[in-house]
Amino acid sequence: MTEPTVKSETVFPGEVHPTAGGGILVSKIDDVINWARSNSLWPLVFGTSCCAIEMMSTASAKYDWSRFGFEVARATPRQADVIIIAGTIVNKMGPVLKRLYDQMPDPKYVIAMGACATSGGPFFYNTYSVVKGADHIIPVDVYIAGCPPRPEALLHALITLQEKIRSGAGREKIKIENKYE
Amino acid sequence: MNKEELKLKLAELFPLAGFIETGEWVTLELSSADGKSIFRRLRHTPGLDFDYLFCLTCVDWKTHFTMVYHLSSTLHRQSLVIKIKLDRDQPEIETVSDIWLTAEFHEREVYDLFGVRFLGHPDLRRLFLTEDWVGWPLRKDYEDPVNMIKL
Amino acid sequence: MFEEVGTTEQGDLVINVGPQHPSTHGVLHLIITLSGETIKNVEPHLGYIHRSIEKMCESLSYRQFIYVTSRMDYLSSHINNHGCALCVEKGLQIEIPPRAKVIRVLMDELTRLASHQLWWAAMGMDIGALTPFFHAFREREAINDIMEETCGARLTMNYMVPGGVMTDLHPNFQKRVKDFILLFNSKIDEYDELLTNNVIFQNRMKDVGFLSRADAISYGCTGPTARGSGLHCDIRKLYPYEVYDQVKFDEITESAGDCFARYLVRLKEMRQSLSIVEQLIDNIPDGDFLAKTKAVLKLPKGEFYSRIETARGEFGVYIVSEGGTTPYRIKFRSPGFSNLSALNHMAKGHKIGDLVAIMGTLDLVIPDIDR
Repeated sequence: MTEPTVKSETVFPGEVHPTAGGGILVSKIDDVINWARSNSLWPLVFGTSCCAIEMMSTASAKYDWSRFGFEVARATPRQADVIIIAGTIVNKMGPVLKRLYDQMPDPKYVIAMGACATSGGPFFYNTYSVVKGADHIIPVDVYIAGCPPRPEALLHALITLQEKIRSGAGREKIKIENKYE
Repeated sequence: MNKEELKLKLAELFPLAGFIETGEWVTLELSSADGKSIFRRLRHTPGLDFDYLFCLTCVDWKTHFTMVYHLSSTLHRQSLVIKIKLDRDQPEIETVSDIWLTAEFHEREVYDLFGVRFLGHPDLRRLFLTEDWVGWPLRKDYEDPVNMIKL
Repeated sequence: MFEEVGTTEQGDLVINVGPQHPSTHGVLHLIITLSGETIKNVEPHLGYIHRSIEKMCESLSYRQFIYVTSRMDYLSSHINNHGCALCVEKGLQIEIPPRAKVIRVLMDELTRLASHQLWWAAMGMDIGALTPFFHAFREREAINDIMEETCGARLTMNYMVPGGVMTDLHPNFQKRVKDFILLFNSKIDEYDELLTNNVIFQNRMKDVGFLSRADAISYGCTGPTARGSGLHCDIRKLYPYEVYDQVKFDEITESAGDCFARYLVRLKEMRQSLSIVEQLIDNIPDGDFLAKTKAVLKLPKGEFYSRIETARGEFGVYIVSEGGTTPYRIKFRSPGFSNLSALNHMAKGHKIGDLVAIMGTLDLVIPDIDR
């Protein structure tokens, strides 16, 4: 398993050029914006089943996720950045999930937490009402395995998402690149 | 009273009912026509007082349905099982939601998953599945190649 | 398939609460008809987490279907597994060794404690008090760590199997549980100080959501919901299983029937669970932890029903077997399903804030209702 490449103190992406009277900061605006975005992602309160309890444990005092910037969990999608799909998605819930995703403003990210949201999980065979994977409905950035995944696994996924944003490999970039084909 | 005494008392009150011998509780077998009146008497007769319906379900036996009611009495601490056979092509039975209020949700669930119609139910609609779902999923002949992936 | 939000002729407002809402404890969709801010009708719409478990279990063997019940009421996952194992053992007519019985009861009571802790945290959060959340989760982590050492998982542990338990207790188990007992006795007093004796909390919970004893029986309510209305319905006392007839504990009932009574019932039940754990932790008998069973289990033809007391009420497992390796029909009688049907009756005439308090005291776990 590769170690996460983020260092323990996050470095501001830029170079300082010394000039008379003070320093001038030169850097690409994109890098600065990505760094800022990744350090303050606000998750949406969305838990359908058992993984929601592990998400609540991650929010509580022992595995605190607010030290990484996920301090405020918003109840309304209009103010949230990342939706953590914690739990199984069934046919009746699918339109609701799509509607919540559409209500979130750009840039938005999706984490599929647990086996059920990744692929249907333990409810894959012989069920008539389970959507076999949340990525049938909305595009997913990070998948977490586990049933339910430990809080440390969720934290690892959040840090991976932060790295993904910082490296500029978000979906907006992919959209723009494909536009000129 | 224990199982034997309960059986004797029920036999004298309801002479037309049949008894099924297996099972840990006294099991009565009724027909769907006189089900409702017997339920009402079970609920209100002093000495029986079956006021707690703790399970209402249906079993699909491929040739017919069987409704299964599990009753219990909080006063005398005795339990009873009632089975009623239904016709598979037109499964209909009178509702018991005016005797035991918990039956309202249970009967909606049985309607949703098996297709049994409950006559006199205040609000018979699908409970778990979407309103436009076609088919009765828990029946044994339910085929759904779109959604179900068979092992 | 969405309900339209609109006004009716008499000036009533029809609004949606959920399915995505911080205080619905899952995905519960409520259609509330309001006149001003007073509730006239609450209609729950279910099915947003209906995972067709009963159909799925018809193709799983008797050893396999137990894992799925962990995920139904995930806060009492040990107790659900226990209920299924009891039903299969009833069908196979096997005796389980005394060590396994005591281990099962210990795990059950620790799970009940953990479930009530999480209920207390969520209850505080719903009313608006955020501090209890962090306090309760800190203690819950202690129980999770104990479970993880022995069973291997924190939330959905498939530890109970037909015949006993899957592996033996970890050597550290007794010491850790004893440390936890010492820690938790003082914490319950802290919980009382934080919420129970708080004037604002009492004003929000007293005389709200009244459920009479007769209604509780008619709606089929069980567990702390019904015990708050004075109904004696604890399966551990009425139809004792495992070693519950050999431990001393009280069945807590309150007669007031309002939200505060249900709250007090659960708090006192936490103390009772702790005392059961205290009585058993030094007296675990030696011996086998698993009875010898065949590799492939086949239940004889017939039907079997077993009942068990989860943190929410009576959980029933009804298996109809045709003699094969998979059940012909399984029905799970879940406690939340019947408790929810009393919500409309309890909430009429109250305000929206009271509805949140009532739902908190019902302690609903929606996957348990939807199965």
